[in-house]
Amino acid sequence: MSPPSRRDVLLGTAFVLMGDAASKAGVLRGQLPWSANAGSPPQPITESGWLFFNPDEAAAVEAIADRIIPPDASTPGGKEAGCAVYIDRQLIGPFGSSAGLYTSAPFVTGTPQQGAQSPDPPAVVYRKSLAALDRQCRAQTGKPFAQLSSEQQDPLLSGLESGSLQLEGANGKAFFEMLLKNMQEGFFADPIYGGNKDMCGWKMIGYPGAHYDYRDWVGRHNERYPHPPVSIAGRPEWTPKRT
Amino acid sequence: MTTKLPAKDAVIIGLGWTGSILAHELTEAGLDVIAIERGPWRNTATDFAPNYAQDELRYRIRHELFLQPAQTTFTFRNKMDQNALPIRNWGAFMPPNGVGGGGVHWNAETWRFLPSDFVLRTHLTQRYGAKFLPQDMSIQDWGVTYDELEPHYDRFEYLCGTSGTAGNLNGQIQPGGNPFEGPRSRPYPTPAQQQPFSHALFGKAAAELGYKPFPQPSGNLSQAYTNPLNVRMGPCTYCGFCEWFGCGNYSKASPQTTLLPVLMRKANFEARDLCEVTRINTDSSGKRATGVTFVDASGNEYEQPADLVILSAFTIFNVQLLLLSKIGTPYDPLSNKGVIGRNFTHQTISDVESFFDKSKFNFNPFIASGAIGMCIDEFNGDNFDHGPHGFVGGGYMGQVQTNGRPIQTAPIPPGTPRWGAKWKDAVRDNYLSALKPGTGVHGSMYSYRDVYVDLDPTYRDRFDRPLARITMDFHDNEIKQNAFLTDKFAEIFRAMGAQQVHKIYRKAPYDVTEYQTTHLCGGAVMGTDPKTSAVNRFSQSWDVPNLFVTGASNFPQNAGYNPTGTLAALAFWSAQAIRSRYLRNPGPLVPA
Amino acid sequence: MVAGMSTGAARVSLVIILLPWLALCSAAPVQAATFGASDQQNFAQIERGRYLTRVADCAACHAGVDHTPFAGGRPIETPFGMLQASNITPDGATGIGSWSDAQFDAAMRAGRMPDGSRLYPAMPYAYYTKMSRADVLAIRAYLNTVPPVHHEVESNQLPFPYRMRSLMAIWDALYFKEGEFREDPSKSPAWNRGAYLVEGAGHCGACHTPKTSLGGDELKHAYQGYALQGWFAPDITDNEEMGLGRWSPTDVVEYLKRGHNKYSAASGPMGEEVVDSSSRWTEPDLQAIAEYLKGLAAQQETAHPLAAGDPVMTAGAAIYWDACSACHKADGSGIPYLFPDIAHAPSVASREPTTLIRVVLQGAETAATDEEPTGPQMPAFGWQLTDAQVAAVVTYIRNSWSHAAPAVSEREVRAARASLASTR
Repeated sequence: MSPPSRRDVLLGTAFVLMGDAASKAGVLRGQLPWSANAGSPPQPITESGWLFFNPDEAAAVEAIADRIIPPDASTPGGKEAGCAVYIDRQLIGPFGSSAGLYTSAPFVTGTPQQGAQSPDPPAVVYRKSLAALDRQCRAQTGKPFAQLSSEQQDPLLSGLESGSLQLEGANGKAFFEMLLKNMQEGFFADPIYGGNKDMCGWKMIGYPGAHYDYRDWVGRHNERYPHPPVSIAGRPEWTPKRT
Repeated sequence: MTTKLPAKDAVIIGLGWTGSILAHELTEAGLDVIAIERGPWRNTATDFAPNYAQDELRYRIRHELFLQPAQTTFTFRNKMDQNALPIRNWGAFMPPNGVGGGGVHWNAETWRFLPSDFVLRTHLTQRYGAKFLPQDMSIQDWGVTYDELEPHYDRFEYLCGTSGTAGNLNGQIQPGGNPFEGPRSRPYPTPAQQQPFSHALFGKAAAELGYKPFPQPSGNLSQAYTNPLNVRMGPCTYCGFCEWFGCGNYSKASPQTTLLPVLMRKANFEARDLCEVTRINTDSSGKRATGVTFVDASGNEYEQPADLVILSAFTIFNVQLLLLSKIGTPYDPLSNKGVIGRNFTHQTISDVESFFDKSKFNFNPFIASGAIGMCIDEFNGDNFDHGPHGFVGGGYMGQVQTNGRPIQTAPIPPGTPRWGAKWKDAVRDNYLSALKPGTGVHGSMYSYRDVYVDLDPTYRDRFDRPLARITMDFHDNEIKQNAFLTDKFAEIFRAMGAQQVHKIYRKAPYDVTEYQTTHLCGGAVMGTDPKTSAVNRFSQSWDVPNLFVTGASNFPQNAGYNPTGTLAALAFWSAQAIRSRYLRNPGPLVPA
Repeated sequence: MVAGMSTGAARVSLVIILLPWLALCSAAPVQAATFGASDQQNFAQIERGRYLTRVADCAACHAGVDHTPFAGGRPIETPFGMLQASNITPDGATGIGSWSDAQFDAAMRAGRMPDGSRLYPAMPYAYYTKMSRADVLAIRAYLNTVPPVHHEVESNQLPFPYRMRSLMAIWDALYFKEGEFREDPSKSPAWNRGAYLVEGAGHCGACHTPKTSLGGDELKHAYQGYALQGWFAPDITDNEEMGLGRWSPTDVVEYLKRGHNKYSAASGPMGEEVVDSSSRWTEPDLQAIAEYLKGLAAQQETAHPLAAGDPVMTAGAAIYWDACSACHKADGSGIPYLFPDIAHAPSVASREPTTLIRVVLQGAETAATDEEPTGPQMPAFGWQLTDAQVAAVVTYIRNSWSHAAPAVSEREVRAARASLASTR
């Protein structure tokens, strides 16, 4: 016979009790705390468009992405990989506002060994520096960065990197270091953050990503690991093919 | 308005490794215990579930499991004549936060110090003469010996299920283990982990060069294990997301996986999370602790009275709380008087990157655990004759690469551009055939008169208390030590068949932006003389006998090993003294 | 303690049954002092009552909302609305302090309130009826020692017309067979003790026996499993795939006492049951239950597993390998006492996939007992996997190794997700 529906089952045995947690009023005792769906799983980037960059900034950052990580025959470049999208989403989040960092005054420049002391969080650094870079490009070439050829773009980036290209009202060297770091993060972080599209960065190097069990492989010395990478959001093979 | 809570027998500040060990021991002794933890509760299946723990960006790059500098941080300068500036974002070290402390995110490298490490000044003076030691080197003997601690090392290793191969069993040197280690009374509780390709290859090359390689002792277990408290642990799966990350499958030793399930069930234990202790309170004599004051997440202030106070809040926070609570004499480097803040140390780390023929070598660097690796100890401590070399100290070295996480670990040969097509090609070509051990040379840092912790005059925390100020720089001794060790290390990679080897020496000045382990030690050191130590050999404050200060803040100098095994052994040793002597007769355990 | 034992031969087995109780009973066998009255002066009776209260797990429903013992007030959700468990402390005004022993016995074993109205079978009187009057009065004696709590509970929170208790006359007529347990002389004393506990105070069938459309026990399929409120209480007969067929009696005892054995871990309502109840049962009682359960005839079902090449199986295998194997291993065998052996655990192979679906979606915490304190927890995958992916991996698990079960559909997962979101 078919199982009784909930409506049909008389009161006899279908009951549930309200559970209770181990903690009350901040004091923990008695058992390890647990509740269904506790924890903080990540929120994959799903929406499209730019949330931080304006169209000009986005164009510049995408162009920079393709110079830092140029496309080639086997692997997309930084733009297609979504590095600019990654940075965009980072800048509207806690990274962009330096949430969690110590941001109390006074701000005094110290030695390099004392670390960054600027009051500007990354979001401000990007805004200021991209604006200054844009002004610089237009002054030198009449065009914004994104419209220059790669032969024109690379020396500008090298100049930022070395410090020979000074940005007005911004620290070009520090900006470049931040850009470089963020671009490479975007290329290699889990795709849920908006970059490393389709795990292209991981596929390029042969990194399996979020796989968590290699007991069968520890002893297989000098053997290529043949399995496709997997993200925290899974991989295409996880979804059943419709027949 | 401060709410006074009902008194407890003992209050524990910080529920990390030593806090958990002391909590368990004291509740077993029948005491009513409360632990107060600044950070949140952390729980395996919900906070580092094995379906989202493996996130390099979130946990390694943004270090989400760690203390956020916004909550509190330190200031830093190299030299006394500089102004210290805040560490606004972590670099050189990453303080833990939350229940489990460093035990949540550590990589579980579980070492014992050498017998000679505990009697360092005596030993080195005897062997090399007092003049061999730099004049401003302030190393000292601990007051406790390896032999006294041996049963407690054993206790910790069996609590954790540590995986390893014994090298010295009751004086008998065992093949395959560390021939230099102090004698142990019984083998490790589980066998050593399996070694992936590059780690095994390093061991092979080291053996061929005449060294005695051995597997690194690992708290990432080689097999399922049930500890003496009947708590179950699983086998490590070599996932490559170990240090900086919580373990998702119960296979890394931590307070969560070894102790807390039992501790939480005890009727005489409770914990508060998200509560920060702001002060240890003392009576009008200043010689007796009456409890602590803490602030909860809503900003409410409480007083927790207790008869016994255990300060187990991580090295620098131990020192800061002692200074803010006016317990002990603050250290003054100019007069060389005082003890709180003195003998502060870190670790002397360097690395060697190596590049192999990709058609011949496929290393799969992503297959690893946090304490994987084959190591050699020939150049640690005083295991070799330092006479010709003009320095003291040393460290273990090994191919201890824990991961292939690509944001941090995409080695490129020196001279490769840092971006562009050549960079991309180099990353692609080298990822599977290059090695980057990480903390491959793990050297000691001895203590110096001008390396210390005090309170900053300018910068404050959210409670308007002065931040702790670190004054730290490398001395020639450690730079020489590191150069020597790094050269030896590089030779082994050449012997492995590397086409190119890139040595990255540790150089002065000490750089607070470059990660070099979180093995901060000292500042409230252990010793035999209250003029040069903050606590006695049982970690009991010389000034306030009902206060015990645990953790690596006890170390008068740091040895060439990871500190957790030793600080845990000291915690068990201290707990034994409290249970068998102090509780029967509260008072100083050692005459001052 | 078992009525109707009058023959000489039976008297021998009576004594054997009583052996575990000799330590607790003051002197003579059951027919003497305690029969007919609960006695506050009788330490042995109170102690026995305290034990039986655990066995019957009264606290599971009747514990007060803030842990005040037996003060009631806990909501009990039924498909027809809410009930609240009553206050069974000895308070005269709001508890059962003013009830006579006979009235207490009538509630426990006849399903009747002192005013004659019928209890709802959420109170498992249909099972407690099998208990002896002496055992019931021992419970009464113990409950009389509990601190009286003044706590007014309006048990009947059901909407009209269900709050008309007289409706229960129909149900009682169909499904309530009043009467004490009768021993089977052809079986061992331990079996009989196990039967007495399982069918009576333990009321295992309340969760584990399938129900008819009116909510009464499907006796033909006793103990063959039942889905309730998002969990499937598995088959606990001797069925090898879906029940306890692979378990030795020791495995059964371990599971009930520790919450874990080498195959399986108790979580959800059974986890609570272990912690509150069976972890405190005596060893002989647990062994008796094991003997009884292992003697329950299993239904024979043959099913064919889905082909490994089926697209759902292929997807499920991929998910399993990436997301599940780091704990449960590639071959499903898990780690004993830590990660269930899903290649063999009965709850995986159950007739209905309810438990498996909800555990994958929400995670689960397992029982932590004194002997087995670890309490490992399963993480939640509901945020990570789509409905189709959950269906695929659950289908894969239920058709791998020795398992064979119908595929789980995306729709089933969607319904489970919605129902979990709307309950706790």
